[in-house]
Amino acid sequence: MTQGIHKLLIANRGEIAVRIIRAAQALGIPTVAACSEADVDSQAARMADEVHILGPARADKSYLNIEALIGALTATGANAVHPGYGFLSENADFAEAVLAAGAIFVGPSPDTIRRMGDKAEARRTAQAAGVPVVPGSADELFDVDSALKAAESVGYPLLIKASAGGGGRGIRLAQSAQQLSEEFPRAQREAQTAFGNGAVYLERFIGKARHIEVQVLGDGQRAVHLFERECSLQRRRQKVFEEAPSPVLTQQQRETLCESAVRLAESLGYKGAGTLEYLYDDETGEFFFIEMNTRIQVEHPVSELITGIDLVQAMLRIAAGEPLGLQQSDIRLNGAAVQMRLNAEDPARNFFPSPGVVEALVWPQGEGVRVDTHLYQGYRVPPYYDSLLAKLIVHGADRSQALARASSAVEQTQLTGMASTLSLHGQLLKQPWLHSADFNTGTLETWLVEHSGGGDA
Amino acid sequence: MAEHTVITPLPGTFYRKASPDSDNFVEVGAQVTADTVIGLIEVMKQFSELTAGAAGRVSAFLVEDGDPIEPGQVIATLDDE
Repeated sequence: MTQGIHKLLIANRGEIAVRIIRAAQALGIPTVAACSEADVDSQAARMADEVHILGPARADKSYLNIEALIGALTATGANAVHPGYGFLSENADFAEAVLAAGAIFVGPSPDTIRRMGDKAEARRTAQAAGVPVVPGSADELFDVDSALKAAESVGYPLLIKASAGGGGRGIRLAQSAQQLSEEFPRAQREAQTAFGNGAVYLERFIGKARHIEVQVLGDGQRAVHLFERECSLQRRRQKVFEEAPSPVLTQQQRETLCESAVRLAESLGYKGAGTLEYLYDDETGEFFFIEMNTRIQVEHPVSELITGIDLVQAMLRIAAGEPLGLQQSDIRLNGAAVQMRLNAEDPARNFFPSPGVVEALVWPQGEGVRVDTHLYQGYRVPPYYDSLLAKLIVHGADRSQALARASSAVEQTQLTGMASTLSLHGQLLKQPWLHSADFNTGTLETWLVEHSGGGDA
Repeated sequence: MAEHTVITPLPGTFYRKASPDSDNFVEVGAQVTADTVIGLIEVMKQFSELTAGAAGRVSAFLVEDGDPIEPGQVIATLDDE
């Protein structure tokens, strides 16, 4: 089937490296774990057919080292690379280097990666495909009159943002034309002082936004969607608890949203698995494209559980040159799934990292339960990389069954040797607002602040 | 001449500067107070400051910029000259 790939190099680590090796094994493809010196004892290294050491622990000397990775291809004779997520997965130069070495990059073309990695270019691409983006003034604005005129189409409330800005600096909120007239000169002065450039632009402010994203698969000609995920529960822009489908969309909204994602993917001639992220305005029911991730995502399993499709295997088949075997009508939404990320962070100490050695380890079992992890008893979690330890993923016939099974899965799980966010999920699953899906992207952080003051709620 | 050792409580990666382009927080020979930041420790993508912990003069760094470190390891020494 996948005769195009005769040996696969995994340019990643942790749970996703394990996940990719499993998919390759299911397709009968031999694997090479390309790892750092710190990961020689990792689960991925134990499972792979071969291990190739890239360099020292530091990511810039190993998992981010393009030269070392291309060297690994040559040394092992692998003819394909799966980049996983993070590290070099959205680095167009890396994809280009892999192709130049005569190997297959499991993902879209370098041009697509580059295009969707550029925020302005991604926005233009979406608009050209008829996908709504957050309303904003296109141009740099220099005076109040042109700002007031632009505001008519942007709508209130809106944000005045510095064109040369970033990181949340130089942003002002205006609720009305009156306020815009007052705030505009201030924003200009701030922009001038902070960035040496007084140009500003306007963008619609969405006070209560949900993060909803659509999973797509494309073969370069055709694309299909695997419905949406909702990932509104975030801390410091890191997703904590994810689910599929979104509990708030109507069938009509779901179709419109997912079809827009397919349109964008097809306009790109997209090849591989990708995710289009949207903001959903909880007050108006509008959705706006914000960015595309041209790789597999951490939360992909919830989409797999509601559709029965193995996304990582599909990525490998597409990369090997097979056309998409699926029609959109073949893909059915079955039940609901949630994913809880277990990180080596201590919720009681403001999520301070907690690397350590795995002592007791018991994973949950039962219908609809899946655990994606690289942990084993006695494994020493290195301090050099991100803190993701495992993902507890639970499927149910509907959302309430999935949540009930999730609570039971958390109760069954035992992990000692380090602090983890397991207890956080236990608490979250007791919150009425989680069960009623009454949340937005600000909810978790607000709750954490209130929660930490009041002891164990 | 008494000597004080600066010990890391954390594992991770030690950095002597805030970013690759900046200067070192302190150089050998510098006078420091207990609160002077002498480096950063990166643990699982989060950064913590390492302070000298005592007043004195930095006599040596035993760890290079970017080196992996273990809890309890001596990072630098101070003397109170």
